[in-house]
Amino acid sequence: MSLKRNILDLRKRKEEIQKGGGEEAIEKQAQMGKLTARERIISILDENSFHEYDMFVEHAARDFGMEDKILHGDGVIIGTGTIYNKPVCIFAQDFTVAGGSLGLMHAQKITKIMDHALKMRVPLIGINDSGGARIQEGVNSLAGYGEIFFRNTLASGVIPQISVILGPCAGGAVYSPALTDFVFVVENISKMFITGPGVIKSVLGEDISMEELGGARVHAQVTGNAHFFAKNEKECFEQIKKLITYIPWNNKEKAQPFPAKPPKKSKKVERIVPTDPKIPYDMREIIKAITDGSEFLEIMELFAPNIIIGFGRMDGETVGFVANQPMVLAGVLDTDSSDKAARFIRYCDAFNIPIVTLEDLPGYLPGVDQEHAGVIRHGAKILYAYSEATVPKITVILRKAYGGGYIAMNSRHLRADFVFAWPAAEIAVMGPEGAANIVFRKEIMEAEDPEAMRLQKIQEYKEKFANPYVAAAKGYIDEVIEPEETRSRILHALKVSKNKNISMPVKKHGIPPF
Amino acid sequence: MSEEIKLDHLVVQGAMYKTTLTPKFKHRKAWKAPNPNLIYSFIPGTVIDVLVKPGQKVKEGETLVLLEAMKMHNSIVMPFDGEVVKVNVQPKDSVSKKEPMIEIRPK
Repeated sequence: MSLKRNILDLRKRKEEIQKGGGEEAIEKQAQMGKLTARERIISILDENSFHEYDMFVEHAARDFGMEDKILHGDGVIIGTGTIYNKPVCIFAQDFTVAGGSLGLMHAQKITKIMDHALKMRVPLIGINDSGGARIQEGVNSLAGYGEIFFRNTLASGVIPQISVILGPCAGGAVYSPALTDFVFVVENISKMFITGPGVIKSVLGEDISMEELGGARVHAQVTGNAHFFAKNEKECFEQIKKLITYIPWNNKEKAQPFPAKPPKKSKKVERIVPTDPKIPYDMREIIKAITDGSEFLEIMELFAPNIIIGFGRMDGETVGFVANQPMVLAGVLDTDSSDKAARFIRYCDAFNIPIVTLEDLPGYLPGVDQEHAGVIRHGAKILYAYSEATVPKITVILRKAYGGGYIAMNSRHLRADFVFAWPAAEIAVMGPEGAANIVFRKEIMEAEDPEAMRLQKIQEYKEKFANPYVAAAKGYIDEVIEPEETRSRILHALKVSKNKNISMPVKKHGIPPF
Repeated sequence: MSEEIKLDHLVVQGAMYKTTLTPKFKHRKAWKAPNPNLIYSFIPGTVIDVLVKPGQKVKEGETLVLLEAMKMHNSIVMPFDGEVVKVNVQPKDSVSKKEPMIEIRPK
């Protein structure tokens, strides 16, 4: 007997499974602007590179009439493929099959591909689109989530983990994305929450829509759970493919270098920055003026925009940028911006990406709400992250570096490798206004014209302390540079830091302020 | 800047900076000192029972209100010896968080 019949049978079986939850269910999803799980995988991966596994897995539910149901692939597709010809592991939950609900076998498929990603040291991309735990499978589905979270944690800092929220992701399920490095959301499609609007209404009487509670914009702007926000799935996949060009495949490698290219011709950097430290400018213009091709991939653009984080390239190599944004809240540090920057610094450090810090901040945001929200605990994260980072760390102080902000933004004292300052940089314990009011309080109070005296003392303080030379005289600043030298100085600093090798005290792990 | 952006002000350590403000910052709640003579709901829920009347003398620790929230019955108790001034809730009322339920005064 020839194998022909078996082959035809196999094809038929596969064809059946590939229908997922059937045409009707697929159509319903399409109306919401959603692609099918398989289409999503194919859109992210290189053409014809997807190889699927565990297609014939069947669900394990034996109660509540579930034993008679056929759930194709148990609601999840797993496999491997390539992006720009480099290997990745991927899974996608299929909402058309039992609402993408997670049961024992569904979870086992996911953990199988996670184990594979970790073993092979390749990135893991997870597409989440699921109604949550499969209630009929009881504690087995909880076990499944637990196994996934555990693997997310093991893989953290070893391989890049990317979560794409393309549908609901509710209850315990949200914790897998929360444990991963980058979370992508799409407007009107992504929904993430621990307790849904229904429960909130019945228990607490608060009436809120799903979109307002945990929609894409909420997570990109308010909660900080999402790192990339897209208008539709296509844009989201482009963002993923762009991000992946900047990051290494695992923690033992470096990001793939690109051909070096100069920044696009733009305004001189010194023209972007007003001399008056109280007048804002868009720090992104500075970043784009110094990166290769003026390209910059901003991360968490909408959350805590008073600090900017993201990737650019310098001489072809990936660099992580952390920069204060004077355009928003004068660039202050606060609870949210500290969280945002600290986690990014740790990401860069884990994946061998040098960090360039561009500094211009007046200090921490004042307010009872900030103090009570724990700005001490949150602000400490930045100090911790910079201090423990062993990748090359370069700082450029553009204008202001006052007080605790000066220390926190990768100062020499936290072991920055190179610290540069522009000639008008004010490096001081606080701004001239605040300092003059304290230091010369008596003189100002006793003067005939206190206001005139105040202004005079501010000027005096400015000349004496609010400049880069006091810090340079102590060696805290390595060099005061001309603004136009910024790119060339950073390039050189990166070049000579390539073999940086320092060791930290041996420990199991630190206890960072969470 | 290429496009015109409307700038606000932010004072940090005595200096006034021109900048934009985030929605989160604009919507932050101003802090108010709590009034010790107001008993607030600490959680949204439903009033099951009100055990006191205006003018009633109450000892510290006595229950004023039974509030059901998250399927739990919570006894809201008198924080010090005193008198009930005003009662703002009645049984079956649903209250949101931080609603002043009862006004009291010390002995």
